[in-house]
This record gives sequence, structure tokens and C-alpha cells, in this order.
Amino acid sequence: MKTLLAVVLAAFATPALAALNIFACTPEWGSLARELGGDKANVYTATTALQDAHRVEARPSLIAAARRADLVVCNGAELEIGWLPLVLSQSGNAKIQTGQPGYFEAASAVALIERPARVDRALGDVHVAGNPHLHLDPRNVARVAQALGERMASIDRAEAGHYAGRTKAFLDRWREATARWEKEAAPLKGLPLVVYHRDMSYLINWTGMREVGSLEPKPGLPATPGHLAELVERMKRDPAKIVVYSRYSSPRAAEFLAERTGIPSVMLPFTIGGSDRAKDLFGLFDDTIARLLATVK
Amino acid sequence: MVRSMWFAAAFAVATGAALPAHAQDPELTKIREELRQLREAYESRIQALERRLQETEATAGKAEQSAAKAESAAAQAGVRPAGENAFNPAISLIMQGTLARSSRDPASYRITGFAPSGGEVAPPGRGLSLAESELVISASIDPYFRGHLVVALTPENGTEVEEAFFQTLALGRGFTLKGGRFLSGIGYQNEIHQHAWDFQDAPLAYKGFLGGRLNDDGVQLKWVAPTELFVELGTELGRARVFPGTDRNRTAAGAWSLFGHIGGDVGASTAWRAGLSYLRASPRERAFEDPDSLRSAVTQSFSGKSRLWIADFVLKWAPGGNASATNFKLQGEYFRRREDGTLAYDDTAQAAPQFGARFESAYSSRQSGWYLQGVYQFMPRWRIGYRHDRLDYGTVANGIVVSGLGPTAADFPLLMTAHNPKRNSAMLDWSPTEFSRLRLQLASDKSRFGVTDNQVVLQYIFSLGAHGAHRF
Repeated sequence: MKTLLAVVLAAFATPALAALNIFACTPEWGSLARELGGDKANVYTATTALQDAHRVEARPSLIAAARRADLVVCNGAELEIGWLPLVLSQSGNAKIQTGQPGYFEAASAVALIERPARVDRALGDVHVAGNPHLHLDPRNVARVAQALGERMASIDRAEAGHYAGRTKAFLDRWREATARWEKEAAPLKGLPLVVYHRDMSYLINWTGMREVGSLEPKPGLPATPGHLAELVERMKRDPAKIVVYSRYSSPRAAEFLAERTGIPSVMLPFTIGGSDRAKDLFGLFDDTIARLLATVK
Repeated sequence: MVRSMWFAAAFAVATGAALPAHAQDPELTKIREELRQLREAYESRIQALERRLQETEATAGKAEQSAAKAESAAAQAGVRPAGENAFNPAISLIMQGTLARSSRDPASYRITGFAPSGGEVAPPGRGLSLAESELVISASIDPYFRGHLVVALTPENGTEVEEAFFQTLALGRGFTLKGGRFLSGIGYQNEIHQHAWDFQDAPLAYKGFLGGRLNDDGVQLKWVAPTELFVELGTELGRARVFPGTDRNRTAAGAWSLFGHIGGDVGASTAWRAGLSYLRASPRERAFEDPDSLRSAVTQSFSGKSRLWIADFVLKWAPGGNASATNFKLQGEYFRRREDGTLAYDDTAQAAPQFGARFESAYSSRQSGWYLQGVYQFMPRWRIGYRHDRLDYGTVANGIVVSGLGPTAADFPLLMTAHNPKRNSAMLDWSPTEFSRLRLQLASDKSRFGVTDNQVVLQYIFSLGAHGAHRF
């Protein structure tokens, strides 16, 4: 009993070494928080590049991490709807509840595309607010960085200058890199491709590629033989040059289609940790563009 | 804009075609003049637009940001319908039904050796039947509270409030207070709604010791420790509306409980949670009917203290933490109950009673039970599972029987038959999406003494409306 009390007291008494404890829902926003926070932020990332963010559960470790957070940085637009509300309500942490300054959604800084005209589960796992996979357009990352930097500064006022400085430095580097990527990605313009899930739409939009079809018959439903056969048929009329899939999804359907139609299948890291090169946001875009370019050469 | 240009062009063609007929018309010059002016007006407007476009592109950096802000504000605003209805709570509906076959009549179901728990513990009725439909309504009440209601519409056309509680959002420091009627935080499976169970029915230990599940009226205070390891401590005060307590008609709580859970991850692929719970109730006149040795119903009732300990653990594994393709879940709980008090035996209500008297004497029991189950998703959509259930009769001391003055052990067929119930269940389920599930379950149930009940159940579970949470 005494030891338990001591542990509890110690837990209360230990001053947090970093000024800001950040709970990031996805690797890309965790990485961004690290860029903007530097040594003043202690970032916990709830999911990995191997996980489908739709299918995560409110694990005990997530509740424990949310309990200690000063700021939750999530994607929003219902991407985390299956687990985040439960983690927040179970955490007993008043600072990070929806509507509090400690709750940040990347989607709030960005205009979402592909908002469904009709909302019906017969159409698959549609997201009411629009396509939530918004980070593969570097211009969106810049918008989120601006908003997140401001939020971090407003929560940790004592270090506001630190966050503002780092945000500016990041944005300068990011703009430069974006210009470079746009130049590099020029040959991708008009490239017809097949995707797995509609998680590449923002990338396609930005680079000017053209989506011919998706391996999922409907969002969130696994590929079926019937749908793949139909896709092969459609590609005879409207041929795609490549088929892409994210690190977290199964490569099987993409490989099947690649084999049947003789086009290359390309795994894209999708987020931080999805490939060896995708160690941070810069690496993620470098690698994504390099992988796509390798197929058009 | 484009449209009006088309209109202008069409107008120009139409008037142009009409021109020769009025070649000498003095109005012709006037019309020509008007057309020229129109063209000029459009040209200057197009030039102005082009200029503006270029300007916008030049200042893209700044404009983009503010435009994005405005657009996203517009996008967010459009997400929900405007007006009062925008505040409608999230609503979801669970629909369930079964097709069942069992070798013994489900109406005769009992767990021999254990006092009836009063819950809906019998296997589903034979043939096609509708199971409970659950209506779930929840929303934030204000920045401080959240409300949650679960109403079950029973196949008998009744309604039952399963849960109706408020929960604090702003206590902070890891504390959460809940009040109303709610699924108790004791054990592991208790807090999980029936439609989210991995088998069609509850483990025998839950059926025998908690009537399927504990959802008392009361308050719950929970605290999550600010540690890396998940540590959660909780306590509940309840009315004791349901088994193992009885409604006491007094101000003080009739039941209370304490529970603690710890949990965490092992690597990226494994997550676990373990817990210990204690439930204390003081039932008064907790009555049930049981036939005596002459097969006529006798009322027996227990008053005293009931103490239940539960040890639970659950372990989940998925390769790399990605549960979409394959995953495995191992879950087990151990229950131990002590009841001390007095037992009354009363056959005075009978027309031709064996004794025609009321007997009352000391009664105590030490009983336990456990289950262990594993569920494996071997490919997307498909899961297979196995569960083993066991109850241990333990020791029961019945003062009425010991005294030898009246009823004998044969007059207490339910309580005084030393029987260790057992059950083996296997299931296979298919979930096209996370909103629908079809399940086949086979069970060999030895809950009744000397009888094996072989059950086959085909079950459907559909959920409509708001996206439910993926509870661990």
C-alpha cells in the first residue's frame, strides 16, 4: 500500500521534462508536431504506418497516453471516429476534450475534397465531411503546420516564440521543398493510375495524375474477384499505367491486377514509417515522388 | 458567366442571321452598334478577369491561406444540417435475431448447484426469433457532461432501459464521474454490450454470478493514473436493483464495488489488459422457487452478504498492430463468490404442503467459475472462436438440512445438488463490414445436472446509423 502511494505521489510530483505533451493520432501529424515543437514537445504517436487508422481500437496504452497529453493532434474528418471518442472520454483528461484548445484537428485547416453528395452506408464507408486522407498534398501540410504552430504557441504561451520561430523555419523549408517536388513531379501529370483505397486523392490532385479506378469496390470494402475482373475490363478501354497501394493495405489485389494487365504495382509509404526513406515529412514526399517517377521512366 | 457568354453568342448569331432581311433598315446600324458595344463590354470584362486571375496567382501564398480558411469554414459549416436539428444526438440502432436448435427445452434452463440469478440467461428459443433491438443515443450535453442512452426493445414488445447515464468531461486530473444506470466496470466483458460479444451468449460465470451482466443504478468514479502503464481505479455505489443484490428501499447504497485495471502494449503487435474487481452486496429476501422432493414449488430466499471477486485478462495480437487482415484475441475471467447469511424455506403457500412451515437457518456458500476463450480472424471478414466454461460447486453449508428437523437435501434440488457445470462452445462468424455480422455457434452445454444440451445458433447482428466505438 505504501509503495503504491509512493508510486502515485511520484507520478504526480514528476515534472514533465518537455513543456508540451502531444498525443498525435497519426504518424504524419506526430512528425509535424515534432518539427514544430523541437525539444519543447514530447510527442506520442498513437498509430503506425502499418495500421489502417480506420480500424484502430481504444487500447489501454492509448488511454494512458491521452491521460498525460496537453494537446491532441488528430486528422479529424471522421478518420479516427472508431476509437478517438472513446479514448478521449476514458482518459479523464479535461484539456483534450473536443472543443478545448487541447484538441486539434488537421482537417479544420484544410478544404476537403470528395465530399459525398449522398451519405448512405450502401455506398461503403463514406466520410460525411469529405476525403480525410489530406496529408499527401504538401500545400495542405503547410496549412496544417501554420494552424498547428499557432495552436502550440497558444497552449504553451511561455514558449510561444519558440514555436513561432520553428513554424516559420519549417514553412520556409517546406515551401522550397514543395517547389522542388512540383518540378520533379511534372512528368507525372496526366499519369493514369489505379488506387487501392481512395487515400491518394490529394496526391493525385496535386500532381495532376488521373485516377482510373480503385481496387476497393466501395470505400472500406476489400477487393473482390468480380470487381477486379470488371476493373480489368474497364482498363481495356481506359488503360492505367500503374496501380498504387499504401503500406498498410494488403498488396495482393494490386499485385493481381498488375499481373493481369502487365502494369507495375507500386507500394507507397503513405505516411511516416511506411518505408525506410519516409523518416519524416520531407522523406515521405521525396520517397513517394521517387517511387512514382521510377515507373514513368 | 460562361452561360451569359453563350447567351450573348447565340443572340449574336440569331440577330446576325436575321440581318439580310432588314439590310436597308435604318435600325440595322443601331443594332450593329449595340452588338459592338456588347462585344466590347464582354471583352473588357474577360480581360479584367484574366488580370485578376494573374494577380491572385502572383499572391498565391497569402491568398491560398485565407481562401483555405474560408473554404474550410464553409466546408465544416456544411457538414451538418443547419438549425435546431444540427444538435441532434448520434443515434444508432442494433438489430439482432437468431435461428436456434437445442436438444433440451430452453424454457427448462437452469444452472444446477447455483442460485438463480434472475437474468435472461437461457439459450435462445427454438426456431426463428427476434432478439433485442438496441437503440443507442448519445451526445455531449454541454462542455461538462456527456449523455448516453441504450434502450432495448425486447421481442416481447417491451422496452427496457439498459443504460442511461451522464458522464463528466471536465473533471480533469484523470477523474471521470458517471451516474444513472450503466454497465458496471467490474470484470472485462461486463462493460461490453451484448451485440459486441464474441459469442452469442454470456459465459456461464456471468450467467451464474451476475445474471448475464451487472447494470445497476448508481454512480461510478474512475481515475486513470498519469503513468505510461495504463492504470485505472474505480468504485461504484449502487442501488442493488439487480442480482446479486436486492432492492432495499432505503437511502444507503445496497451494493458497492471496487475495481482496478492495468494494461499496455508489448511491442507493436500485442496489447493486453488485466484487472481485479470486488463486488459487495447485501441482499434481503432474495427469493426464487424450486420444486421440493414431491415436485411442488417452494419459495426459498437468501438474506445476508454476497461478495464476488473477479480476476480478468485480455490479450490481443495483430501482426504489426494491423488488425484488418488477421488478429487473435485471448480472453479469460475467474469468478469467486462467498455468500454468508440465512436461508428461508417456506412451503406454507402450497395447497398440500409437505411441511406447512417456514424454516430459516444459517447458509453459506463458496463457489467459483471461469472461462477462457480465443477468437482468431484468419482472413479478412472471417473469425473462428472457441470458449470453455466451467463452474465449481465448491462448498455449500445449509443449516436447514444439517439440523435434520425438516427438509432434506432432496428438497433443495437446485442448491444442494453438487454439480460442476461445463460448457464448450465454438463459433464461426462472417462480417462483410464492421456494421454487419452473421454467426454460427455450436455449444455442448452441461449446465443442468446429468443432462447435455446440444445447441446450434445462427445469429445476425446489424448496426445502423452512427459509427460505434471500437472498445478494447
